[in-house]
Amino acid sequence: MTAVAAGSPIASIANPQPPVSAGRVFLALLRRDARVARRELPFFLIRTIMQPLLFVVVFGYLLPKMGFMQSDYQATLLPGILALSLMISSTQSVTLPMVTEFGWTNEIEDRLLAPISVDLVAVEKIVNAMIQGIIAAVVVLPIARLVMGPVAGFTFSHVPQLVVVVVLSASTASAFGLLLGVLINPQQIGFMFSLIITPMIFFGCTYYPWAGLDVLPWLKYAVLINPLVYVSEGLRAALTPSMPHMPLGAIIAALAFLTIVFTWGAIMRFRRRAIG
Amino acid sequence: MRPAIETERLRKVYPASGKSAPSSGGGHRASQTAMAADGSGIVAVEGLDLVVNEGEFLGLIGPNGAGKTTTIGMLTTRVRPTGGTACVAGADIVTQSVTVKQRIGVVPQRPNPDRSLDVWENLIFHAAYFGVSRKEAARRATALLERLEIADKARMKVDQLSGGQQQRLMIARALIHEPLILFLDEPTVGLDPNARNSLWEILRNLHSQGRTIVMTTHYMLEAGELSDRIALIDRGRLLALDTPANLKKQTPDGSLETFFIEKSGRRSDT
Repeated sequence: MTAVAAGSPIASIANPQPPVSAGRVFLALLRRDARVARRELPFFLIRTIMQPLLFVVVFGYLLPKMGFMQSDYQATLLPGILALSLMISSTQSVTLPMVTEFGWTNEIEDRLLAPISVDLVAVEKIVNAMIQGIIAAVVVLPIARLVMGPVAGFTFSHVPQLVVVVVLSASTASAFGLLLGVLINPQQIGFMFSLIITPMIFFGCTYYPWAGLDVLPWLKYAVLINPLVYVSEGLRAALTPSMPHMPLGAIIAALAFLTIVFTWGAIMRFRRRAIG
Repeated sequence: MRPAIETERLRKVYPASGKSAPSSGGGHRASQTAMAADGSGIVAVEGLDLVVNEGEFLGLIGPNGAGKTTTIGMLTTRVRPTGGTACVAGADIVTQSVTVKQRIGVVPQRPNPDRSLDVWENLIFHAAYFGVSRKEAARRATALLERLEIADKARMKVDQLSGGQQQRLMIARALIHEPLILFLDEPTVGLDPNARNSLWEILRNLHSQGRTIVMTTHYMLEAGELSDRIALIDRGRLLALDTPANLKKQTPDGSLETFFIEKSGRRSDT
């Protein structure tokens, strides 16, 4: 084995190499995550499409066809399924890697040693998860629409509202995912699905509108701690506005508030995990 | 000669009930540590005053749980000091941690490559984090993989590499952004003699180029062979700091092993 000189002369402490900008490091981190996502694209698509597709086939196609569901149920279900896809994809794309990289392999270290503050490493994880969640919703929408056929009340005429709701939903879900990822240990992943993700899905107003919970008033207010409720109701307000939904202003305020709270909590915890 | 590293009363106390302190030895460290006088936690490093000059090779030795890994952790910005100050490559480790990170390379004891990327990508993306252009990163990665004799593994998943090959990848990763200071935490643990000799040669070459190197080790022979000076740490305190030759002179049989045992009261892992 011979010398390992990398070629150029060694900089000195008196004359160090110029610093790299935080923006450039941030983009390099995003490129890394995009590379990993591209490599895992088939798994990403299966993970993203399977569950919503099965729900759409059963609840959006078979049951209405059997006459067990009214046809306008599809207008309630479609935004809920999109909300579910967006929420689960965003959360999963950051939670599981964080649990593994911090808990088992410590392989996040190369990114923690990158010349950027650890807070921005955490923010990059959120941005990457947002992108994956939005892609998931974009992939699932045409598939769901295709399986369900024409959906009464479905409209694309509220684009600005849709963009705001989708971006805020993705940021809420991604920050929530990062918070989970830095809070739980690898041994607790099973608990996470049983105690957090599954109840979140079933009480997330994905399969029924929030207004429908009038039948059980205490539950109607209890589910307000669930971020998925606002994602589902937000997509209803933007895509099927003629169906019952929460006021859009309240939804946007709730999503913005949750994004801030989850991001703050996630960064605080990320710092503690990253710096001993 | 400018100091590459300068610490002043550097101190780290871990909460007694919280997460355990990092231990490169992989074992329990409690027996080698002490509770803080006020009972506030476990003292890992206590009042460390240390100066490492630019271009110097410092060997850091001490028993398991002596505070070596915590010291390296603080100097590489991954552990926040409880007290004192430290300057690494001209920047404060707390207030200028990003600058410190820009100027250092770190080889961990247990290889922790990015397992979602292959060998080549590990180097290219790491270089990108440091602002190295894609073309230059490719040039450096090719040279490093060649010289570390893992060029034929470039497109392999890192899980397919042996432990020694992963350690070489860690060395390549630590060098690809051409850091001013290289930190190695027990880099030869688990390596076979051939791989260990290869790593020694690499480190000698880097040292001869003027690179500052700080390396923790349990192998006295390794510390004596490579280091300009050796620092012995135990229970978080600096017990000795001198050239290998001067340390050997302090023992009747002229061996670093004897020096280690006499000073720390314990045998090294060799």
